[in-house]
Amino acid sequence: MKRASKIYTALVMVFLFAPIAILLVFSFNDAKSLSVFSGFSLHWYRELFRDDETLKAVRNTLVLAVSAALISTAMGTAAAVGMNRMRNKVLRQTMDSVTNIPMINPDIITGISLMLMFVFVGRLFGAATSLNFGTMLIAHITFCLPYVILQVLPKLQQMDKALPEAAMDLGCTPLRAFFKAELPEIMPGVITGLIMAFTLSLDDFVISYFTSGNGFQTLPIRIYNMTKKTVTPKMYALATIIFFVILTLLLISNLYDEDEVQKRRAARQIRKASKEAKT
Amino acid sequence: MRKIIELKNITKSFDGEVVLDNISLDIYDNEFITLLGPSGCGKTTTLRIIGGFETPDCGDVIFMGEDIKDVPPYKRNVNTVFQRYALFPHLNVFENVAFSLREKKVPKDEIKRKVTEMLSLVALKGFEKRSVTSLSGGQQQRVAIARALVNQPKVLLLDEPLAALDLKLRKDMQVELKNIQKATGITFVFVTHDQEEALSMSDTVVVMSEGRIQQIGTPVDIYNEPTNAFVADFIGESNILDGVMLEDRKVAFAGHVFDCVDAGFAKREPVDVVVRPEDVDIVPEDKGQLQGVVTSVTFLGVHYEIIVDIKGFKWMIQTTDFCDVDEKIGLYIEPDAIHIMKKSEYSGMFGDYSTYSDEMEEIGEVEIGELAEYEEQEAAPAESETEK
Ligand SMILES: Nc1ncnc2c1ncn2[C@@H]1O[C@H](COP(=O)(O)OP(=O)(O)OP(=O)(O)O)[C@@H](O)[C@H]1O
Ligand SMILES: [Mg+2]
Repeated sequence: MKRASKIYTALVMVFLFAPIAILLVFSFNDAKSLSVFSGFSLHWYRELFRDDETLKAVRNTLVLAVSAALISTAMGTAAAVGMNRMRNKVLRQTMDSVTNIPMINPDIITGISLMLMFVFVGRLFGAATSLNFGTMLIAHITFCLPYVILQVLPKLQQMDKALPEAAMDLGCTPLRAFFKAELPEIMPGVITGLIMAFTLSLDDFVISYFTSGNGFQTLPIRIYNMTKKTVTPKMYALATIIFFVILTLLLISNLYDEDEVQKRRAARQIRKASKEAKT
Repeated sequence: MRKIIELKNITKSFDGEVVLDNISLDIYDNEFITLLGPSGCGKTTTLRIIGGFETPDCGDVIFMGEDIKDVPPYKRNVNTVFQRYALFPHLNVFENVAFSLREKKVPKDEIKRKVTEMLSLVALKGFEKRSVTSLSGGQQQRVAIARALVNQPKVLLLDEPLAALDLKLRKDMQVELKNIQKATGITFVFVTHDQEEALSMSDTVVVMSEGRIQQIGTPVDIYNEPTNAFVADFIGESNILDGVMLEDRKVAFAGHVFDCVDAGFAKREPVDVVVRPEDVDIVPEDKGQLQGVVTSVTFLGVHYEIIVDIKGFKWMIQTTDFCDVDEKIGLYIEPDAIHIMKKSEYSGMFGDYSTYSDEMEEIGEVEIGELAEYEEQEAAPAESETEK
């Protein structure tokens, strides 16, 4: 029985990681072949960094992801604060469900509807091509927002409501009270939200596909366009790099998980207390 | 004494429900004033109006002669110790206390001096670097007090600051708070629903119920001269009976005419009569003004608490003499032990011990909400039984 479960776990692991492993291995392949590993080389990585078009797409993606993440985090946090302060229960619950809609909506529908809106509004103002970096940024902020709210709102609800009041009592204006008393408390949620928004934006293909235009290309779109021609191991190299970047972000975000933070805080305190006890 | 805060005809409702109903209250310099009342009577709301966290629907809040109704909390010379302390978890003890000084851009060395001084006042020297989450309840409490006092406010508002502490610590903190108040000379506005705490600590007690002030007075006044059945019942134990004022200094209740010391009522005016359990003397049956049967005896260390059935009305009596259950005894009440009150909306709701048991008392002390239920149950038989 025990052996069976071990084998089962091993199989699951193989299924999960085999594709990535193969990708990783073949990104270092000397030749172009997909079946024979003829020797280790960084050829395809060198090749990748010589491809200006791809590098530009990387830069675009990063600029887009960073801006979308920052803006949606700021907006989402503000929205969560507002929602948390609502006294009217019905209104608050409605807001809760409404903000969740983009999350459960299929990407393709969000993408098409956003594109329609941008084109429609663009026409309204008489623009020839209304899709550009700006529209894509708006689109990315739109689908990142609910995730940020989802991360921040619970932290606000857990927080002692009296904290901002205490800060005001001690001389802070309401805005200052937010930054001095409330924000430090919800920071783990804000950081997780930020990282989530960043990865979501990096990752997104469908919505970007519909809302991009005017020559502005993100990496997923670039890759998609490349595969329409021929697949070269250059892309394996690219995929490998992306995989490790995302993995690193995931690890950081897990470290920021509140439980972890608290556990570490507690551990530090115990250590400190025991040190004090000794002296 | 100088008036420092005046609340004038304050009314406040939440969602159409009146929470404070025309409250007027004067708070004097250097005073330890306590708002006392059952849960939900509006104590916190009153405090929050003084602190600036709620705006009254109508009425004025006067602070040292100025109307501060529209002054935001951060501009008021008032500080608050919150119900659950509301310390900043991301700051250590020193930084928590230094918070308001840093906001005011006080020079560094002065901050250090003031915070150190405050921490020694609340006996927390050496705790500067500790995280507030690692402190015990009592220590957090003292950090909260130090943080609120470091600013040297004119008035300190304390919302049930001792409610979360265990009994022993609570007693210690009561003494400590009182000492701090005397040492600093700051006016304390203290909220509690524990009547003992209110009586032992305050210069002035404000008894509240259902959004209204029932009585304002010194602890001795409040205990000896309650204005109505609610106050008499809420402060200490009392037997409250229906009576009729026959003439000045003569009152009839429980089927007997008593001499008393109160005067100024109309002839044959129906009144509420309060007799404290410790003011009733037990005498042989034939010597008593009233005769009754002992129905229960509880030993409480310093005295016995016995319940005596007199014509269907259950009296509580505290005595050091032992009586047996079912014993027939006589009761004697001195004229000055009888307190007469005008009839009020609370008449007949309190003061009969017919459903009294120790178990219920215990529940009542822990959970005020359940006490109200218990009093409701109690009110129904009390009405029918006391009619004569
Ligand atoms: N922000 C609010 N919104 C709606 N109702 C409120 C609000 N604050 C207080 N109330 C209501 O006002 C009433 C009085 O509340 P308050 O907090 O002043 O009572 P309290 O005397 O402090 O009680 P406790 O001893 O339980 O703290 C309660 O019925 C409460 O439900
Ligand atoms: Mg309260």
